[in-house]
Amino acid sequence: MPDIRPHRLSPEDIDRNFSDLHPPLRRSEALIEADRCYFCFDAPCTTACPTGIDIPAFIQKIRSENIRGSALTILSENIMGGMCARVCPTEVLCEEACVRNTHEDKPVEIGLLQRYATDPVFENDTPLFSRAAASGRNVAVVGGGPAGLSCAHRLAVLGHNVVIYNRDDKLGGLNEYGIAAYKAVNDFAQREVEYILSIGSVDVRSGTSLGEDITLSELTDEYDAVFIGVGLGDVNALGVEGENLHGVENAIDYIAELRQTDDKTVLPVGRKVVVIGGGMTAIDVAVQSKRLGAEQVDVVYRRGVAQMGASAFEQELAQTNGVTIHHLAQPLRIHGSDFASNVEFERTVLDESGALKGTGETFSLDADVVFKAIGQRLKDHLLDDGSLKMQAGKIIVNEDQETSLPGVWAGGDCVVGGDDLTVSAVQHGKVAAIAIDRHLRT
Amino acid sequence: MADLTSEFIGIRSPNPFWLASAPPTDKAYNVNRAFEAGWGGAVWKTLGEDPHIVNVSGPRYSAIYSNDRRVIGFNNIELITDRPLQTNLDEIRQVKRDWPDRALVVSVMFPMNKETWAKYVPMIEDTGADGLELNFGCPHGMSERGMGAAVGQVPEYIQMATEWAKDAASVPVIVKLTPNISNILPPAKAAKDGGADAVSLINTINSIMRVDYDRLTMYPTTDGMGTHGGYCGEAVKPIALNMVAEIARTPETAGIPISGIGGITDWRDAVDFLALGASNVQVCTAAMIYGFRIIDDLTDGLSTFLDDKGMSSVAELVGKAVPSVTDWQYLNLNYVEKAVIDQELCIKCGRCHVVCEDTSHQAITQTVNGERHFEVIDEECVGCNLCVSVCPVDGCITMRRLTDGVDPRTGQPIAEEKADWTMHPNNPMRKQS
Repeated sequence: MPDIRPHRLSPEDIDRNFSDLHPPLRRSEALIEADRCYFCFDAPCTTACPTGIDIPAFIQKIRSENIRGSALTILSENIMGGMCARVCPTEVLCEEACVRNTHEDKPVEIGLLQRYATDPVFENDTPLFSRAAASGRNVAVVGGGPAGLSCAHRLAVLGHNVVIYNRDDKLGGLNEYGIAAYKAVNDFAQREVEYILSIGSVDVRSGTSLGEDITLSELTDEYDAVFIGVGLGDVNALGVEGENLHGVENAIDYIAELRQTDDKTVLPVGRKVVVIGGGMTAIDVAVQSKRLGAEQVDVVYRRGVAQMGASAFEQELAQTNGVTIHHLAQPLRIHGSDFASNVEFERTVLDESGALKGTGETFSLDADVVFKAIGQRLKDHLLDDGSLKMQAGKIIVNEDQETSLPGVWAGGDCVVGGDDLTVSAVQHGKVAAIAIDRHLRT
Repeated sequence: MADLTSEFIGIRSPNPFWLASAPPTDKAYNVNRAFEAGWGGAVWKTLGEDPHIVNVSGPRYSAIYSNDRRVIGFNNIELITDRPLQTNLDEIRQVKRDWPDRALVVSVMFPMNKETWAKYVPMIEDTGADGLELNFGCPHGMSERGMGAAVGQVPEYIQMATEWAKDAASVPVIVKLTPNISNILPPAKAAKDGGADAVSLINTINSIMRVDYDRLTMYPTTDGMGTHGGYCGEAVKPIALNMVAEIARTPETAGIPISGIGGITDWRDAVDFLALGASNVQVCTAAMIYGFRIIDDLTDGLSTFLDDKGMSSVAELVGKAVPSVTDWQYLNLNYVEKAVIDQELCIKCGRCHVVCEDTSHQAITQTVNGERHFEVIDEECVGCNLCVSVCPVDGCITMRRLTDGVDPRTGQPIAEEKADWTMHPNNPMRKQS
């Protein structure tokens, strides 16, 4: 029988393991760090930010202790600046571009400063935005994740009425259901959602799925414009023997369950855990399993370290948490009777063109639990009525996030160019809202 | 090792660093600690008439900070000694007896009548102190009573009180000058004319530090009301250096020994004062911020510097930079520099570009061939040094002198001979050759 059980660690250990990964800066720390910003002109960090936050400006306002002004600078470009401060892979975005890297290899801690500036807004519900005069126009937003919420907020600020159709009970999308718990403690995702909704004139219809409860054509008939930000609701299959055994789970389902469980000591966790995949989700499930008390956690990725979707910081986080990462190996089959017990892998090589080839050499890892984390895709039949042009299973959009169907915009992970980042989804929603506003006013 | 021993108007000390008359020299306990730490001398906190004055029992100090809370500027409203005269005299006598090799000068402040000076000066001299420093600089409180800066702002009073002090004293007399005047030269000349053996400067500058942003009162206050204080610390050094150099280079005042005061924090600050004409220096604020232990860097750093320059004594450094200070009208207008940006060191922050573009001469590129690239446009560069001043990378932007050819900005050939404003054709008052 597999060794899967809750209560592997004491409540104190669990509390410690799921506390804030990066504790917030204290005032004195923030002032010193803000002082390190050179206040660059046409700053490379701002160029590197998908939402184009004027980073030197918000840091300058921290220096002068104009914290509310700093938060406004951030949130007017990125209404989820609070969550992005926690989950953005800053080491490949703004902080990678920081000019401090040239001589000292130590960028300004932009993410932590952004959190310092924005935390008080969410703690105190400080109103920073107000609605423009009501336009009387109505927009449907499908999907209550970062793209949809960003779009809804901007539309509301611009004076339009918005209805959000959300599949899940809670808004927030992957911020609520998909991110490692220690990155967004104290129910931050919901506090952010509440703040966004406090702008007013945004109705929420939860438990409503596109394609099941409503159709796109109904929405286009009923509303002046539609924004689709449904994310990728399905998980890619491994396509190997044994995939249906007990103990073989989707990583995102386990992460969602973990995020929705207040007392994490009751979560069952395997003694030996094998994770298949190389992205953020793989790392999140691996590290969280370890922090719940798994003894041995192996992440197996079919390509090399350079191709991993998880950032260098994430990989290091996994390693310092005792997770073993194996590169260049693909699953052949999962062994077990009823329950998975062992995963057999074949070693791989990448040829000069980057194509993956099996070598025939195999090895196997014992597993009480096997997590699949090899990517998500749009749910089958969700949008395949032919009304939207698609490419490789994702929606094609133009630079305004407009789809091939007039009056319909889309953004986030479900569009071509979506890159699995909260910050990009927020930008899509913002760009779409501005385009929709222009459309509704002409 | 260079010799740091100092002789200032006949007063010897093991190094040229004295503690200025201020709270750090208020009583024997402090001065003993300073001498144990290695300070060369001390000017005892200003004595006045009995009955002694009183100080407020609330905030006397406040500071301007950098973001990491390093004190840049400092302000005080403390008055002169608030202890009985005899207590001070007894302690001064004992300290001088215990530390015969250190300089011990006593700061004094008395009302403007000759009898008072004649009464007190001998009592102070009797302690064995090495000299007197006349406090004509204190800008707050005492000045309201006709002393301190109220004297220092009127050259006639300076001369008069200096003469009274000199009449009564056999030890050397230093006159401490206030910067709260429009021209330092008349007060310095008055001191010289009054027979002063030396001047010391600067005292503190009238100042209000800021407003209390919650109460919208000035800050700090004593029970809701505040008064201007005296400003000091690193931020005032350039003001002090100018005044020292003016006295050192002006024929009417040149030659009077100068004790330099104003923001000296590390040994380089001391080099500034000495090279611009001071013969020794006095320190207060840095000691009040970091404690007496800073004397180690001051002496060690100065000694190492003198060694590196091949100088064997402090005296060799004194006044070295004075000949380089002149009036604007004598600057060589044929001299041309251009800024040069070292592309290897450039971190591409764009600060030089934006300040040149917004506030100067549009002489630095932002992009070259579509790439972010900052480069000086010689055709526009006036050599103003703004980009050098704002560049966060030390040594990245430097100034290069043009020695031949044509200045690309003016199209004029670079002339070898000097030409200043006094002979410039645009000057209606130019000297005719």
